[in-house]
Amino acid sequence: MKFLLVEDNQELANAVSSRMRLDGHVIDHAANLGDATAFVETGDYDLILLDIMLPDGDGRSFLKAHRASDLDTPVIILTARSQVSDRIGSLDLGADDYVTKPFDHAELEARCRAVLRRKAGKAQTVIETGGIIFDPVAGSMSVRGTNVTLRNRELRLLEVLINAPGQIFSKQKLADRLFSYDDDASENAIEVYIGRLRKHLEKSDLRITTLRGLGYRLEYDT
Amino acid sequence: MTHSLPVSGSLRNRLVVILIGGAAILAFLLFFAVRNYATQVAQQGQDNILGASVASILDAATIRDGEVEIDIPYASFSMLSTPFDDRVFYAIYQDETFLSGYPGLAVADRADRFQTITFRGEAVRMITAERILIGIDQRTRIRVALAQTQDALSGTLEQISRNAAILGGGFFALAALLSYWATSTTIGQLQRLTDSVTKRGPQDLSPFKKPVPAEMAPLVTSLNSLMGRLDQSLSQSEDFIAEAAHRVRTPLATVRSYAEATLQRVDKKENRQAMRSMVRAIDESSRAAGQLLDHAMITFRADHLEREEIDLVDLVHDLVLRLTPIAEMKDLELRLQSDAPVAYAGDPILIQNAVRNLIDNALKYAPSESAVDIFVTANTNTQIKICDSGPGFPSEEVDTLTARFKRGRNAEGTIGSGLGLTIALDVAKAHGGDLVLSNRPEGGACATLSL
Repeated sequence: MKFLLVEDNQELANAVSSRMRLDGHVIDHAANLGDATAFVETGDYDLILLDIMLPDGDGRSFLKAHRASDLDTPVIILTARSQVSDRIGSLDLGADDYVTKPFDHAELEARCRAVLRRKAGKAQTVIETGGIIFDPVAGSMSVRGTNVTLRNRELRLLEVLINAPGQIFSKQKLADRLFSYDDDASENAIEVYIGRLRKHLEKSDLRITTLRGLGYRLEYDT
Repeated sequence: MTHSLPVSGSLRNRLVVILIGGAAILAFLLFFAVRNYATQVAQQGQDNILGASVASILDAATIRDGEVEIDIPYASFSMLSTPFDDRVFYAIYQDETFLSGYPGLAVADRADRFQTITFRGEAVRMITAERILIGIDQRTRIRVALAQTQDALSGTLEQISRNAAILGGGFFALAALLSYWATSTTIGQLQRLTDSVTKRGPQDLSPFKKPVPAEMAPLVTSLNSLMGRLDQSLSQSEDFIAEAAHRVRTPLATVRSYAEATLQRVDKKENRQAMRSMVRAIDESSRAAGQLLDHAMITFRADHLEREEIDLVDLVHDLVLRLTPIAEMKDLELRLQSDAPVAYAGDPILIQNAVRNLIDNALKYAPSESAVDIFVTANTNTQIKICDSGPGFPSEEVDTLTARFKRGRNAEGTIGSGLGLTIALDVAKAHGGDLVLSNRPEGGACATLSL
């Protein structure tokens, strides 16, 4: 998916971008409202992540103009301001959701997914490989034509693995991607989800192999 | 905000007293002026007749054969007749000798002078006139005193007084009515201004734009400028809070991003542990900053509670939608259980904040892949109940957990500021309700916010 990140803090923008790229998204970064307007005019985005306090103006005025020009690209506000007052203002102006800085990337991903799911239909996100059809946004998967219900964490795990087939992920790395930090889930919980996912993928050509001491890897049956 | 201001008299009463008092004084003056004038006119009439009568008596005085002869004409007395049968007295003197009439009636020293004297126990109006008669060899002075009782005059005066009193009374009544009307109209302007100030909500600090009388314009101008300054200082402090939050959170967000990015690259267990602790500390401080600001805002709003009609089910439903992505991260199910809309008059922002804190708590403590139940009921009293299937509250701490910054003993390892339950309790109290914490028999905690 293609995201536009409007954020003047370079470090934060880099962190968000690199994290989003791990999930296979394409991120354009605009550091001010002028750039953001230019990006929106030329590119077709699935989601906009919008900071409120920008060097050349208020992100909410951009949002207002954006909505006024009949663009229905979903917008998630990134705000560092006091919550209550902004919350009302930004949602009234047509934002789809907001995240308060500093935010947990897992939460941002979850919110992006929720917003994209609500506005589904615009972009084709379906991944078809190894005998499965997987839609990370809708959260649906079918193995050889049979629908399989995935829990959220199984879905996230599959999304992480399927975006980088062949790459080895340690338990810690997977835990970092799957769990938020105020969630005290241990890395051992990863084993539980890997086990469940393996069961779901039994009939497909996809295999999750364990590399002792290193981690897990998604492979194709040969 | 019920403390009363010291009151220095009433403007309305003062106006009424001044206007009605003035009208009363004017009515009295009018009465006396009319009566006085009437008395003068009536007296003048009697005096004129007395003058004419005495003149006709003197005219009749002649000297015949050296003797003074006065043949008093009939008309002299008949012109003095009145419907009240006033009595007439006269005395005629030649030089100093009494000639005829009532001997007790003494002439005055000066002639052609009217005076009111008491004669035979009655007030009489008397005139003295004189005439020098010149005969062949003599010259004599004839003096005549003519007096008349004043019964007719006092009768007339009584009638005039009565009419003057009715006139004065009528004038007073009319003036009193007019002053009451004038006072009400004047005070009414003030009352209207007071009403429009009272009707305003606590957040409405816009200037008054309705036209007011010129005399009130300075007051309204000062009021407007006061409200302008208040509005400015309020929005300044709101801006300040927003700016403060921005200043604190933005660098925290940067540090957190770095820490998370570093965590992706670090493999050594101790380093990872350190990075995780760092991220958690950042989360903790940013959450504390947020909740402190929330708490300040809630204290302010609770002091100026502004109730509006809301549907609690709708409000909680919005919150559930908003928190569902967070719940899904732990594969938690948020279940809102309610049948019908629950109407309630309260501050939606406060209630939303309280319920969000309670659901946040439930999401934090509930184990993965369980459910959090939210009940909105309006049976005996309006309640929002949030139950999870986590470890529950430590039973010995149930009563102290709502204290500021107080956290449960089993909350180690979970990020929190210790303000969430305080906020919820403050909101409940502001709405005249309470927050009750309990444990479910089958395990898990319940927080009941009654409003």
